[in-house]
This record gives sequence, structure tokens and C-alpha cells, in this order.
Amino acid sequence: MNASAGLVVIGAGQAAFQLAASARAAGYQERIILVGAERELPYQRPPLSKAYLLGKTTREGLAFRKQEFFDSNRIELCLGHVATKIDSHDRVLHAGSARIEFDRLVIATGARNRKLRDDLARLRGVLSLRDLGDADQLADALRHASRIVVIGGGFIGLEVAAVARSLGKEVVVAEAQRRLLGRAVSPQIASRIQRRHVEMGIEFLFQSMVANIEADHGRVSAVHFSNGSVRHADLVIVGIGVEVTDTLAADAGLAVGNGIRVDSSLRTTNPAILAIGDCASFPGEDGYLRLESVQNAVDQARYAAQVIVGAASLFYRAVPWFWSDQYDMRLQMAGLSSAADQFVMRGDAESGQFSLFAFRRGRLIAVESVNSPADHVMARKMLEGDCRLSPNEAADRSFDLRSFVKSGKREIA
Amino acid sequence: MKVTVISQNGEEHDVSGSPGEKLMEMIRDAGLQIAAQCGGCCSCATCHVHVANEWIDKLPPATADEEALLDLVDDLQPVSRLSCQIIMAPEYDGLKVKLASGTEL
Repeated sequence: MNASAGLVVIGAGQAAFQLAASARAAGYQERIILVGAERELPYQRPPLSKAYLLGKTTREGLAFRKQEFFDSNRIELCLGHVATKIDSHDRVLHAGSARIEFDRLVIATGARNRKLRDDLARLRGVLSLRDLGDADQLADALRHASRIVVIGGGFIGLEVAAVARSLGKEVVVAEAQRRLLGRAVSPQIASRIQRRHVEMGIEFLFQSMVANIEADHGRVSAVHFSNGSVRHADLVIVGIGVEVTDTLAADAGLAVGNGIRVDSSLRTTNPAILAIGDCASFPGEDGYLRLESVQNAVDQARYAAQVIVGAASLFYRAVPWFWSDQYDMRLQMAGLSSAADQFVMRGDAESGQFSLFAFRRGRLIAVESVNSPADHVMARKMLEGDCRLSPNEAADRSFDLRSFVKSGKREIA
Repeated sequence: MKVTVISQNGEEHDVSGSPGEKLMEMIRDAGLQIAAQCGGCCSCATCHVHVANEWIDKLPPATADEEALLDLVDDLQPVSRLSCQIIMAPEYDGLKVKLASGTEL
């Protein structure tokens, strides 16, 4: 296809969909074209490792919107096309033989799964989870498997482990680090999550890197770890993080570094080109930040849409939040706890309903909640505003967070 | 079955759906503006509606999760609900709701 200029979005995931929808809603009049590698109508990914894998959500139920929405909003879907080159001088996006001119380009290419080395990744019975095709393959494999080794104790690995366990499978989770969720949550929350998995019958191996995978006629039979452990398996699920897809941007001369570098208005080093979502490395309080979450995709897309119609606020700012469902645990995180120097528990960890409040130099920076949605919501409110909650107040369950937030207590200088 | 939905700009729309469907999905599939960021898993409060007074008591009460999430919205009213938590049933035919501000795409 050859198209005249307008807004072109590379990608058709959460960020890309939201950007197109928000730009149109904000009054953008020109053509909007989404160029996506997958053939499916843009769909939600979070359920792929949860409800969809359990058969509780249909394929159609995953789509953000039906075809009519895209038609009536004049959002052109150029699906099954892999973007191959950005010609930023002539403002042309190449996707194989297709040549698409743009006024504005938004890169929302997300990330791809990190893989085991080739000879292992290629074995039958070694799967990973990123897109709908992967999820279908995994759902099918789960039906036939009985012993599963999950490589990687991050959110995807744990969510899939929880699903597999609830389907009655024997599950071992192997993690290279000393603890679960190292990049994502505090050690205290990680250990509570670990305990729930152990109660459910999951075995954990820590500091365990894959050394080799044994196969029988090309089909997985056991996993050998670098520390000498061996576990039998007829299905290996790999969830060892992602690699950001920034080669297209780098080849076009845009600055990259753990993602595509953008400024505080989400523009790349070429002001006609923006980058949003998982692939964007944006300035945060302590340097550049790249987040992989629905919230980040949606908030950046909405902001970028405002940039495109010329109505954006001075700089992008949003409180990060994300969630995970594992068994009966609803985990909700607001803010990022990695820089915390003090943690305070609110609620009773034994009861399975509690939140961990993370402070840095006395200032609240994050709250991680287990089955405590009210704490999570109040945390988001507090982190958005300039409320100053003390660690003592956070720990005191008789201290009413809701009225504290409503009263809009101001930060004391 | 039909639900009357008043959009953010005051326009009235009849949207149709089937029992078992989430009200959020009916509104979304009718092409109306509703962000429904989290896809309907009670995590974001961007499918917030005000339910018509005569209907509010006919719906099952909100769960603790939904009540908590409602604290995120700007325009909280006694008739506020999250439309992803309203599962349609035959007795809700004719339901009337208004999309609250903050639900726009």
C-alpha cells in the first residue's frame, strides 16, 4: 500500500491503539495509520497470561475494539506488515514493499521476549509468551503437559506458573537471582508471593541458570541447571524478560539506550517522531526510565496524542501503577519502590491483606498491595498529589487514609 | 436487550447487548467513548458511569474492590458505578446510565 501523509504509528498494541483513538478523539483530522506486524485486530495482552490461558476470556473478548470502531474513526489498520525502515529525512516508513509517508510518526513497537540460546529455544516443548499466537500454543501445550519448568520468576513466569498449577500440573519455577520479582517489587512482597506459590505446591529453584535442556527425539525431557540441579519436564516455559525493539529507531539515527530516548514531551531526537510505551526510555526523577505496563502505554499514548494536536501540558508525568493476579492474590503496585530506604507494613501479612509503604528520605514513593485495593487507590492519589504521609501514619491502621487524602494535607516544606 | 447511555457530551444512545455481557463491553462495542483502560478487571475506574436514580437500587451492590476503585474518580456520586462490574441480566433491560467525565479516550 502507498499512502499520503498523516499520523503513522508503528505497532498495534496497547500504546498504539490508545494513541490512535486518543488522537482522533482530540480532534486530529488527518489520516491515522497503524502498522502492525500481527494480523489480529489490536488486542489486550494482560489476559494472555491469566484469564485467556485459563479459557475464561475468548479471542474476540481480547480485542480493544471491533472493526467498526476503526472504520468509523477513520483509523486505518495496516496489519501483518513489519516496519523495516524509517526514512526520517523524506518522512517515509517502509514496511516491506509498502511505502507510507508521514507527517508525524509514533514508534510503539514494544519489546520482544529474551530467548534462551538458539539450540535450546528451538526444541519442541520450549515455549514463551508474548502474543496471542504464543498464548494459543501455550494453552494447547498446557493441556497435554504434566511436568512444567518455568524459567524466570518475574510476573509472566509467576502468572503462568499459577495458571499451570491451578490446572493440576507439577510446576518448578527457576530463577537466576536470589529472589522473585527482583526488578519489579520489594523483597518483602516478593517473599509473600513466593510463600503463596509454595503453599499451592510450586517448587522454586534460586540462583539457577539453565545450562542445558535434555531432549528425547527433539522433545524436551529435562532441564539441567548451572548449579547441578536437574528437573524433569515435558514443557518448559521461558519468561526471562525482554529486549526492547529499538533497532528500527537506531538505524534511523534516533538516540537509543535501553529503549528509544525521548524527551519530557515524548519526542525522540527527531521532533517529528515520538516514541511511547514499552520501547520508550523517558526522563524520570532519577534518570531515564523504561516501563512495561498498561498504565505506561495508555498514559504516554494519551499524552502523545495531545502533543500531536498541539495541546499537551509542558511535560509528561504519571504515577506508574501495575497489577498482577495470581491464585487468590490481587497484587497492585503504585509508584516504584526500588529506590526506597524505608518500608512500613500496613495490615497483617498473615491475613493475606496488606500493603507495604515504601519511603525515601521520609517521602512516600511507592505502595505495594496484596488484596488491599483501597490502599492502592489511596496510594495513587497520594503519589499524584503533594500529600505527605509519614511512615508512622502509614503503619497505623486506625489512621484513615481516605480522609487524609480528601483533606488534601499539604506537604510541609 | 437495550440500555440507554448518555455520552459525556450529553447525547443519548441506545446500546444493545446480551445477558452475561458487561455493561462496559456494550458501551464500548457500540462505539461510544469509554477508555476502560484495564479491559474490565476492576483496576482503573475509567469505565465510570452514573446510574439513573430509578435503577441504582435494582443493581447488585458494588463489591469492596469496586467501592475502593470508585475513590479514584473525579465525579463521585451516590449513583456512581464501574460499568465493567455490571453484568447484564434480563431484568436490566431499559437500564439508563450516563458516562462520567474521565472516561474519555
